[in-house]
Parts: sequence; structure tokens; C-alpha cells
Amino acid sequence: MENEQLLEVKKLQTYFTLRKWGFLRVGEVKAVDGVDFDLRRGEAVSVVGESGCGKSTLAKTILALEQPTGGQVYFNGKAIDITDKEHLEWYRSQVGYVQQDPYGALPPFMTVRRILEEPMVINGIKDHKERERRIYQVLEDLKMTPVKEFINKFPHMLSGGQQQRGVIARSKILEPSLLVADEPVSMLDPSVRVEILELLRKLQLDYNLGVIYITHDLSTVRYFSERIFVMYGGKLIEKGEVEDILANPSHPYTRALLEAISDPDPENVNTFKKVPPGEPPSLASPPPGCRFHPRCPDFIEGKCEKEVPPEYELGGEHKVSCWLYEKEG
Amino acid sequence: MNTQNDQFRVENLYLSFSTRRGTVQAVEDVTFTMNRGQTMVLVGESGCGKTSLGRAILRLLPRNVQDYRGKVFLNSQDIMKLSREKFRREIRWKKIAMVPQAAMNSLNPVIKVSEQVIEPLIKRGTGRERRKAMEKAREVFQLVGVPQDFLERYPFELSGGMRQRVILAMALITNPDLVILDEPTSALDLLTQANIMNVLKRIKQERGFTFILITHDIATSSELADLAGIMYAGQLVEFSRAYNLFREPFHPYSRKLMASVPSLQEKKELEYLPGQPPSLLEPPQTCRFLDRCPDSFERCEQEPPVIEVKEGHQVKCWLYK
Repeated sequence: MENEQLLEVKKLQTYFTLRKWGFLRVGEVKAVDGVDFDLRRGEAVSVVGESGCGKSTLAKTILALEQPTGGQVYFNGKAIDITDKEHLEWYRSQVGYVQQDPYGALPPFMTVRRILEEPMVINGIKDHKERERRIYQVLEDLKMTPVKEFINKFPHMLSGGQQQRGVIARSKILEPSLLVADEPVSMLDPSVRVEILELLRKLQLDYNLGVIYITHDLSTVRYFSERIFVMYGGKLIEKGEVEDILANPSHPYTRALLEAISDPDPENVNTFKKVPPGEPPSLASPPPGCRFHPRCPDFIEGKCEKEVPPEYELGGEHKVSCWLYEKEG
Repeated sequence: MNTQNDQFRVENLYLSFSTRRGTVQAVEDVTFTMNRGQTMVLVGESGCGKTSLGRAILRLLPRNVQDYRGKVFLNSQDIMKLSREKFRREIRWKKIAMVPQAAMNSLNPVIKVSEQVIEPLIKRGTGRERRKAMEKAREVFQLVGVPQDFLERYPFELSGGMRQRVILAMALITNPDLVILDEPTSALDLLTQANIMNVLKRIKQERGFTFILITHDIATSSELADLAGIMYAGQLVEFSRAYNLFREPFHPYSRKLMASVPSLQEKKELEYLPGQPPSLLEPPQTCRFLDRCPDSFERCEQEPPVIEVKEGHQVKCWLYK
């Protein structure tokens, strides 16, 4: 029974308890606070936000590496149950994880072959020929050719870009239907970034993979995903198709983000950027109401600081959580 | 027109390190000139020698230096001729200051930021000299946009963007003739990054500071650049006014690099560079870009000369001979 939606995230919350002297509860860090979204089969979405907005925690909760405090993740229509070991094993084989730092993610004492073989051994692919075939296939997909040259190398013998391709190969080896990539290129040189992102895009299209691409770099998302989710203070504040959001950013925070990005244009020397004052909120004690209101240029008094804005639809997939759109919605 | 006196000029600067595996040629034959009040950005991939060039200008070198020569003119004085002690007393931090990479995490956590910022100014640390230094610290804090009461705080009480500004204040407090900024925004968030760039731009316009900005982020560097240099494998392959380089790069490497920068405004096909830069360990005597160059021909087997294609626009490539 194939399902249209590959992944459904419903009112997901992940809180971390702050303790004093190891046992006194003194508060909570609301890293993910009420996140809703769907991911279609074969679709790539980007989650964009600054550091500390909870985007990595969101990734880890989806990967079942963190226990959600509330809400539920459904994969292929099935609720993910983190306590059921067998179910979890199956889920982990269906979801690939591309880590941020390739050098830290690859064990330095294993060759590329062993790194790629290990997940298959664990998941009971006993046929040696089948394992070998998959390793060759995935390395060819990732343009690590000639495969014979790479297969016996250790991670330190590879360049940064090749290491990251190794990480992607490992996440792909069990033939998952979802990849979660947490800042896959932020540690790489700009000239290599595009290449890695294009490879990811190609994998996604060739194998009909769902991809969740977590990043702080808005300028690359246009090329590599269908939809953008903008995250701020533990919440998704704007969602929509890439072109809609870039052409018509609706949340004041999204506008500020787009404004802050430089284009490689020598005329920039003469203009200053508009940057909202202040810092992103602490997730241990977020401001009441809309999380962005202390920095917001379009702040409505008596409204924004009192109530959390609901989600308004702006047509199509475009949704925004902001009181400015109350009447239109 | 600017006189010689107002220029900062680097001529034929070489820097190499000796390692167990051979000589690493980090900086090779770099020549450029900039005027007071201008900002030059130095762009390149990691490992291309851009940080080494910055450190070579400031003589902050490790012990295994094999070859370090060339001329560096500051206010028409060749500072390479100065003795080590004289350089330390008169040039380093007084005339040329640096904001090193990831410096915001290197503030001493148990000393108040004011003490750390005034350190370059005080020799004995008591009495009148100290008070004057504090006065100056207040002034630079205002310049970089840090509230005055932050002077009495400890580094952990400040956010990343504020710490970066404190580091910047530390470099500016001696009113140097040249400030070298090594990746000043790469560890920061997007909005903070835009904020720091605004600060740099403002102090450049108001005070006429001269900056060398070392970065790999081409899009952000365009915010500040008057001049731009592209480094590849230890060599400065193209150098010109930023406007020309961003609009019409000549060197095949620069062209590829510019084409790989994603843009929000326009939809363009992104390109990338296949392959890797050559190892700086005993580099080949051909053009360094030969293996990856789409336009290479026989002549590229020899090292290309620096060619002036337009006034003030140097390219190190045989295509323009």
C-alpha cells in the first residue's frame, strides 16, 4: 500500500529539560515547538534558519535519534514508535542521514569498502556479491570513479568533497526512501558545494528519494529543492514553494533573511543592508506571542506580543504564521 | 592622485615552508598595490595560501619557514628590511593589525573584554596611560557598535556577533594603517554576518581604514571590495578593481569561480570546477591551473607571466599574451 505522503510531521515538539544539580527541573529548552509538515514521495524540501533555531533538533527527531516530547512523525502512514526496537530498526534502514562534518562522520580506521559494507552486514544482507554490487553502484552514482581506486582508501586519503560523497554513499547504501541532510555542504569549499548539491539532486530525481535539506544558506536552496520551510525560534514560520517564497516573502523574518544575503554584485559597496536589531530568542525562555515580535519592523501592538499567530494560507502551498495576514486569511 | 606615500605595496613576495615531505610553496611571487582607504578582497579555495599571505605581511610565521623574501612597502618604507625587534615594536599592531580566523572564540574567558581590548596600547598598565587607553577603548567600541557597558563584561556574556566586534575593536584601537581581516564573518549567522559587514562598511567610509579581507565567500566579499585578488595554489592569478573582476573576470579560474556562486536574484546555471587544486608540495612548473583549465593549450606547459590586460588589471594566463 503505497502512500502519497512519505512523511507526515504532526505538532512535533522536542523539549530538553534543564536541570540543576542533576535532579531539580528548572525549565525546558523548547527546541522544536509545534512543527507540522508533509513531505511527498520524491520531493526535496529545505529547512532554513539561523543557528540555534532548532533545525538540527528537528532533523534528529525525524531520524528518531531524539525522543519527541509531543506530536508524532508518520512514515509511509505508520507512526514512528521509538520504543519498539524492531520497528525502529526497520525505520532506520528506510531513512538515510547525511552528517554535517564528513571527516567526523567517517571512522578513520575503516576503508571506504568497510564503511559502506557495515550497514548492510547489520541489516542482514548476507550475499557477498550483492553487497559488492551495491557498493559499486552507489560509488558510481556518486561519481567516485574509478571505483577500484576509491574502494580501498581510508577517509584521510580523500578530499573534503570526496569524504562528503562517502557519507552520502553510506546513507544511500540501504536504498532508503528518505534522506535527511543536515548542512551537508557547510564544511566544504564553495567550489565543491555546487557539485555535491547537484549530486544529491540527481540521486533524489533518479531514485525518487524524499530529501530534507537543512541549511542556513538560502542562496543554494533555489537550485536544490521544491519547497522551503523557514524556521525561527523552534517553529516553522513560513512554508511554500521555492519560487513563491523568493518572489514574495511574506513573514518579516523571511524578508530580513533574503535582504541579508549578498549577491555577487560590485554595486553592493554603496548600499547598507537592513538588518533587524537584536538576537534570535533563547529557546529556554522564548518571548510570549510571536517569537519574532521583539525584532519585528511591522510589530502590531497589543497583538503580536500576546498571542501566537496561527497559520494563514496565502494561496497554493504558501502558508505564513504572522498576524499581518489576519484579514486576508 | 595618490602619492607613493599613501600606498601599500607588496612586491614579489615568496613564502615557503620546509616539511619532512619537502618544500611547501605557500605564497609565490605575489605583487599588488593598493591605496589608502581602499579595501582589497583576497578570494580563493581553502589551502590556496590566502591566510599565509596575510600572515606573511604581518610576519606571523611558524618556525619551519624555508624561504621568505620580497618587498612590502608601507608609507614608502620597505618593512621587510626592518629587524625582527623593530618590526615588532613599530609595525605589528601599530601600523598593521589583524583579525585572525575564528578569533571571537579566542578571547580569554576570565578577563574582562576592556582589559583585553586595551592591551595593545598599554606598556606598563598603570596610571594615566591606562586611563587614556580606556578612553580610546570607549571610542572604538562606539565605532564598532558595541554598547559602552559591555566593556566591563566577560566574553561569555556576549553573543557571537558582539564578540566579533570586540575583536575588531582590538585591531582598530591603535588606529593602524592597514587591517587584515581573515574570514571575519564565516563563523557567524546570516543576519549577524550582514550586521558585521554593515559595521565594516561604515567604518571604512567614515574613517577611511584600509582593509585586506581574506575570504572564500565571494558574494559577501562584494559588499566591501574596491580591489579584488584571486588566489590559486599560492599564486595571485588575477588582480584588478573589484568592479571589473566581478563583472568580467579574465582568468579561466576566476570565471569558473564566479559562475559557481549561487545568486538569489537571477536564475542562472551553476557551474563547478572538477578536480582538485595541485598540492603545494613541490608544485609543478607549468601553469598551476593546467589540469582543470577548459581553455588550456601547449603553451600552458610553461609558467605563464603576469600580463596587464587593462590598466590595473593583471592576469597570470597565457590566453592574453
